[in-house]
Amino acid sequence: MRIPRAVSLGFVLAGACGRADARTVPGGNADRGKATIIAAGCGACHVIDGIDDAHGEVGPPLSGIAKRSVIGGILPNTPDNIMRWIEDAPSISPHTAMPNLGVTPEQARDIAAYLYSRR
Amino acid sequence: MSNAPLSLFSAASEAAARIAGLAWFMIIVSTVIFVGVVTTMVLAVFRNRGRPPEVDLTERGRGWVVWGGAVMPGIVLVAVFAVALHAMGTFSPATPALTVHVTGRQWWWQVDYLRPDGSTQFRTANEIHVPVGKVVRVLLTSKDVIHSFWIPQLQGKLDATPGQTSDLRLDARRAGTFSGACSEFCGQQHAHMAMSVIAESDSAFATWIAAQTRNAEVSADSSASTGRTLFASGMCASCHTIRGLTTGSDSAPDLTHVASRATIAGGRLPTTLGNLEGWIANPQALKPGTKMPTLRFYNGPQLRALAAYVESLK
Repeated sequence: MRIPRAVSLGFVLAGACGRADARTVPGGNADRGKATIIAAGCGACHVIDGIDDAHGEVGPPLSGIAKRSVIGGILPNTPDNIMRWIEDAPSISPHTAMPNLGVTPEQARDIAAYLYSRR
Repeated sequence: MSNAPLSLFSAASEAAARIAGLAWFMIIVSTVIFVGVVTTMVLAVFRNRGRPPEVDLTERGRGWVVWGGAVMPGIVLVAVFAVALHAMGTFSPATPALTVHVTGRQWWWQVDYLRPDGSTQFRTANEIHVPVGKVVRVLLTSKDVIHSFWIPQLQGKLDATPGQTSDLRLDARRAGTFSGACSEFCGQQHAHMAMSVIAESDSAFATWIAAQTRNAEVSADSSASTGRTLFASGMCASCHTIRGLTTGSDSAPDLTHVASRATIAGGRLPTTLGNLEGWIANPQALKPGTKMPTLRFYNGPQLRALAAYVESLK
């Protein structure tokens, strides 16, 4: 059966919107985020899709994090929360092993944008 | 090509320059010979197309065999031998300004700076600082299997053999960081056994020596000081030495000034807080087979404190 082009385009758009609504980070730059992830050494603890040499097995793998409900076991997975978590996890969850890596709010935004961009 | 970190064509010492010269000499001579042989072969094929096969036993045919098969190769081999001898014979006769004892380990390099009387002044790992323009003697050995010490921009490779001490000279003639790698397969993590030589001015070198000679400082940071206590009282101290705090077992790198080094774990990771904690928490995930065990013993805040302490060891 041949699906009319307008209809199939509609499916694609609907799919994209459905995913994108809560799972993009306004103002975040995923490319810069990738560079920051490498510089900060996130891969020493996490397996991260698209980052060479991110083989760490200390924390959870970060691939597909956009689809998860909860971050760090406690926070609802919203862009604001993931940024706060990246910036200073111990201030939110005192017993976490994730250190405060000293990334700036802008860097946290870029990292969040990168992580949300990987499905 | 010459900007690659392990390129032997960007020599930074007399010895490396001669090795680069030998490499270029061999590349050019082999290219000329290869082109000559292929050209002769192609000409022979086309010139004799359609003729019945025959063996040319005339004087002219024997000339090709004698000259092309014996005299020419003889000349080339003698010439390569002479240039190679010249490249090898660069053991600087000057009295070394400094002696460093380097021991290959699975999979990192232990580096002892020696006093003039041969005793150890301090111990570090993987990074060797040298003053520019001075001859540095490297006494090379191994504690386990055969490794090979190779800093392409400074020297040819030399095996580090258990039970035997070899002598190597480094004479960096310009400042810079010169990367090296173990170049004798030595086990699972052979590829993560990097080292580097940092050649710097006399004053920068003297500052570095003074800093390395000091004991580890006590950080004012509260997390780091918790980490210090954990380090000293826990399992870290059974292997690692931190001067002023612990005496380890000599089987692991001295961490007194580990955070002053650019990388950890034989060049496996850059020295950042995140990498340090990942390494402390699960080294086997990052460098499978490393002698450091994954302990699964410390909780989150303890891991953060240990990483903060190790990162304070500048």
